[in-house]
Amino acid sequence: MKISLLSFGIAKEITGTRFMDVELPDSATIAALRAKLVEQFPGLAQLAAVKLAINGEYASETAVLNDSDEVALIPPVSGG
Amino acid sequence: MIDIQLNETALQTQACIEFVQSDDAGGIDVFIGTVRNATKGKPVLRLEFEAYETMAIAEMRKIAEQAIDKFGVKRIALHHRTGLLEIGEAAVVIAVSAPHRAAAFDACRYCIDTLKETVPIWKKEVFEDGEVWVAAHP
Repeated sequence: MKISLLSFGIAKEITGTRFMDVELPDSATIAALRAKLVEQFPGLAQLAAVKLAINGEYASETAVLNDSDEVALIPPVSGG
Repeated sequence: MIDIQLNETALQTQACIEFVQSDDAGGIDVFIGTVRNATKGKPVLRLEFEAYETMAIAEMRKIAEQAIDKFGVKRIALHHRTGLLEIGEAAVVIAVSAPHRAAAFDACRYCIDTLKETVPIWKKEVFEDGEVWVAAHP
């Protein structure tokens, strides 16, 4: 299956793009996606806690992904 | 009633106040977060804010709904800027109205404190010798 990954802030600088598609095995979890991304982009491991969101909602490590989900890499937020 | 906005142009503080004004409210509290000219003594030239827009708006709405539930306030306006901001410009404006002042103060503080923890917006500080995404590294 394929998910679309959005990267923001420092995460966008590390992945080099705001939008990318990522191929994953069916029923992959957020933890599996995180591991794949850290392997591909080691700089992500240097950041303070990076959260992931599925379709605009913060997701736990055990959350299961579905085909064409929109997943966002959310480095520490700093609005306000 | 809730008014949530992400704006690329200057925030309208007066519009936030007018939105929350209500005949049954005896107090309006306003918080304005502005661009400071230095971080840890180092001059800042300007800031850049980036947002995951759809989620940021949804999270800001959740915060306002929680504040209404928790503190019994009547109306909340929560506006945040995106893009390039110069020193002194408003990055965020929060206005809250309530029957009595204590709830307005408490709800306003809850909104800004929670916004800084949960809303997917990122701030980049631009210095004379480089740029830094705030809070990115431990």
